[in-house]
Amino acid sequence: MMSRETILNAVLALALLVVPVTASYAGEQFYVTLATRVAILALGAVGLNIALGLGGLVSFGHAAFFGIGGYAAGILAQHALSMEPIVFGLPGTKQMLVIWLVAMAASGLAALAIGAISLRTAGVYFIMITLAFAQMIYYFAISWPAYGGEDGLSIALRNSFPGVNTLRPLPFFLLCYGVLAAALAFFLMLKNARFGAALQASRQNEVRVASVGIGPYRIRLAAFIISGMVTGLAGALFADLNRFVSPSMLSWQMSGELIVLIILGGVGRLFGPVVGAVIFVVLEFWLGGITERWQFFLGLALLGVVLFARGGVIGLLAGRERHG
Amino acid sequence: MQLALFIEQLLNGLQLGVMLFLMAAGLTLIFGVMGLINLAHGSFYMVGAFACAAVAAWTGSFWIGLVASLAAAAAAGAIVELLVIRRLYGRDHLDQVLATFALILVFSEGTRWLFGSFPLYLNIPPLLSGAVALPGGSQYSLYRLAIIAVGVLVAVGLYLLIQKTRLGMRIRAGESDREMIGALGVDVATLYTLVFALGAGLAGLAGAMVGAIQSVQVGMGEPVLILAFVVIVIGGIGSIKGALVGAVLVGVVDTLGRFLLPQLFGLFLNPSQAGLVGGALASMLIYVMMAIVLAVRPRGLFAGQA
Amino acid sequence: MAEPVLVISDLVKSFGALLATDHVSIDLRPGEIHALIGPNGAGKSTLINQIAGTIRPDSGSIRFADEDITAHGVAERARRGLGRTFQVSSLAPEFSALRNVMLAVQAVQGSSFRFFRPVMRDDRLIEPAMSALYRVGLAGRASVRAAELSHGERRQLEIAIALALGSKAFLLDEPMAGMGPEGSKNLTAFLDGLRAEAPILLVEHDMDAVFALADRITVLDYGRVIATGSVEEIRRNPEVRRAYLGDQA
Repeated sequence: MMSRETILNAVLALALLVVPVTASYAGEQFYVTLATRVAILALGAVGLNIALGLGGLVSFGHAAFFGIGGYAAGILAQHALSMEPIVFGLPGTKQMLVIWLVAMAASGLAALAIGAISLRTAGVYFIMITLAFAQMIYYFAISWPAYGGEDGLSIALRNSFPGVNTLRPLPFFLLCYGVLAAALAFFLMLKNARFGAALQASRQNEVRVASVGIGPYRIRLAAFIISGMVTGLAGALFADLNRFVSPSMLSWQMSGELIVLIILGGVGRLFGPVVGAVIFVVLEFWLGGITERWQFFLGLALLGVVLFARGGVIGLLAGRERHG
Repeated sequence: MQLALFIEQLLNGLQLGVMLFLMAAGLTLIFGVMGLINLAHGSFYMVGAFACAAVAAWTGSFWIGLVASLAAAAAAGAIVELLVIRRLYGRDHLDQVLATFALILVFSEGTRWLFGSFPLYLNIPPLLSGAVALPGGSQYSLYRLAIIAVGVLVAVGLYLLIQKTRLGMRIRAGESDREMIGALGVDVATLYTLVFALGAGLAGLAGAMVGAIQSVQVGMGEPVLILAFVVIVIGGIGSIKGALVGAVLVGVVDTLGRFLLPQLFGLFLNPSQAGLVGGALASMLIYVMMAIVLAVRPRGLFAGQA
Repeated sequence: MAEPVLVISDLVKSFGALLATDHVSIDLRPGEIHALIGPNGAGKSTLINQIAGTIRPDSGSIRFADEDITAHGVAERARRGLGRTFQVSSLAPEFSALRNVMLAVQAVQGSSFRFFRPVMRDDRLIEPAMSALYRVGLAGRASVRAAELSHGERRQLEIAIALALGSKAFLLDEPMAGMGPEGSKNLTAFLDGLRAEAPILLVEHDMDAVFALADRITVLDYGRVIATGSVEEIRRNPEVRRAYLGDQA
């Protein structure tokens, strides 16, 4: 007997596939691009959901990982084009598989450094520190002109993936959809395993976890690193989607956006990021088409959700989560 | 010549420091007394700047504008507290972060709606538009000195308020035990509104004063907010003394860092490279300092002390 | 006599001007229930917290299973076999009773860095957890969220968790607190049998339970040990009567 949430998830997964495919065959490539944007933002939020939803770590600095992933893609592509080695004679590349690995490694390392320091603090300190470190990386990026500085970095031609014509919207969307699906499966697996149990328990009651002999710090640090890596992967894809790496990918607004995505959909829920991304992108393009001040209404909506509908859309539709 | 430049940068650092103190003091009070993290504090900074610029342009007087900025920011704070913040006490930090982030969106876009996307201009009042001679031979803006003076006055004022008045006593009691003061008959709701409005007013004052030397535009508050967070982390949440020490530290280190690091690198790199590397590293300096403080004192330098 | 499992030597802890723990020495021998009693504010909770590791003593040492654990953190001590229950139940509220105990089983079995196998399908976790729940009488409530359990059931769950840890010594902080007469009677009988598995350092206010269960009693007052001995000795001790028991004995 499937739960309401599982049915809802299945419907969403299907809709997110069917809509852009149909649009593509109808010649409306714009909606394919929109759907790709949804998928990539959802992926970024899935990453954050590991730290925030499962671990209760309110990171207001995940844009750092999103941006690092993006810059990894941009820098590698630029060096591949210019044929100049990056450091230690290492060449650039336009192969997505390699780029993704580098993006995840770089954001993972950043998450290790930031997490190791921030996770020694608690509560509000953690929020402020993650925000601060992300800001630090942002300022560094805009003051380093070699990779565009304030103007950002272009990717002249979208990077390549074996067997896929990434230059066309639909194949690239399907690629991103596949990555999102893999990430969701990974999230589910993590949540249900021993690691997820320890992580969720430390969110609910840190003292209890320590008193059974599990050290919360190491669990959280591992979760933070994994979380950063997934968000970094999303950043690399985002750079390829737009063929542009903007320093705004590192901004505090981006960090806020990632949290908003999760909250709109439902914190800790598997498809929370997906629902949130759909709502956000729809608002951005539909409401944004009506008024330039659409974020004003987003703010009001967000206030409404926080004050009155805590479980997000999934909470409203499928009720409270069952933990078993 | 070098000495004069150094002193000038040092004073700039102090000026940045007192501005950060105005922001950080409010933030740390709000957290200490109400247990609330407020991301919208940058919005009050912005409201203060816009109010001052708008009223100054309308009346022709900077000083009336300044009063307006205090009033507008404090009023905005009180209204926000009554409508939104009240519902957030005792809720978890995620909710507080999200709700106050939502407020940033509302304030920013709302301001853009009212005033458009172009920056407003605020001129230094004629009274303060002169310069003062510094040891070493250069001139320093009288206005910036005035800002430093205001900052010091506010610090003293806050000290007197907290340590010597009944309101301050209630604030200190509220910081140590929120539930008790309610039980003791203190009107907690009004106290909270007052503290919030006070913090907002200070932020607005800072925004207004800075508005005359930098442009008044939407989004001006958030970078300052984030710096204020760094200040609080270094100084210790809930501690005004920590906010002062942290603010001066951050202000001076950041300003001097941007001035000295390129020169340091200029000793062994060519000028353009030195500027580059030095500049980039300077932008990271205070965050590195924050990390170092945290490594030694995870709760900040003066945590737990008012 | 066998080596004591837990030896606390000359523990001192001050909070500012308040001397909460005043050169306390106490030990726990195999197979015994050692009760710790004293008036409110005597420093019992502070002492338990220092033994469990949530508070660091200013000086003194703690030896457990022949190892100096004074510098060890909470998780480290739990891994060594020190099972602690809390005065105010400390559970993972969203998890079911079963999942709460499974967490303890998971901790005992080794690393939590396992990412693949779903815990709800892992008999190596479920069986020991259910077995612990059976022993405390909570098996029927295994799938109920901890937040929805009654007060008494939460106390039982705390004990089940300590059992699942396979503890070599139990630190029970007022397990009877808030339990009605029926619950207290059951818990007393349960603890009586438990001492065979591992010795228990029991902090309690419920004097009936203390006198029924304790092999030895230590009385704490103003952070100091004022007497240690058998039930009879403590009942007869004039200082103890004056400080704490009044006419109860």
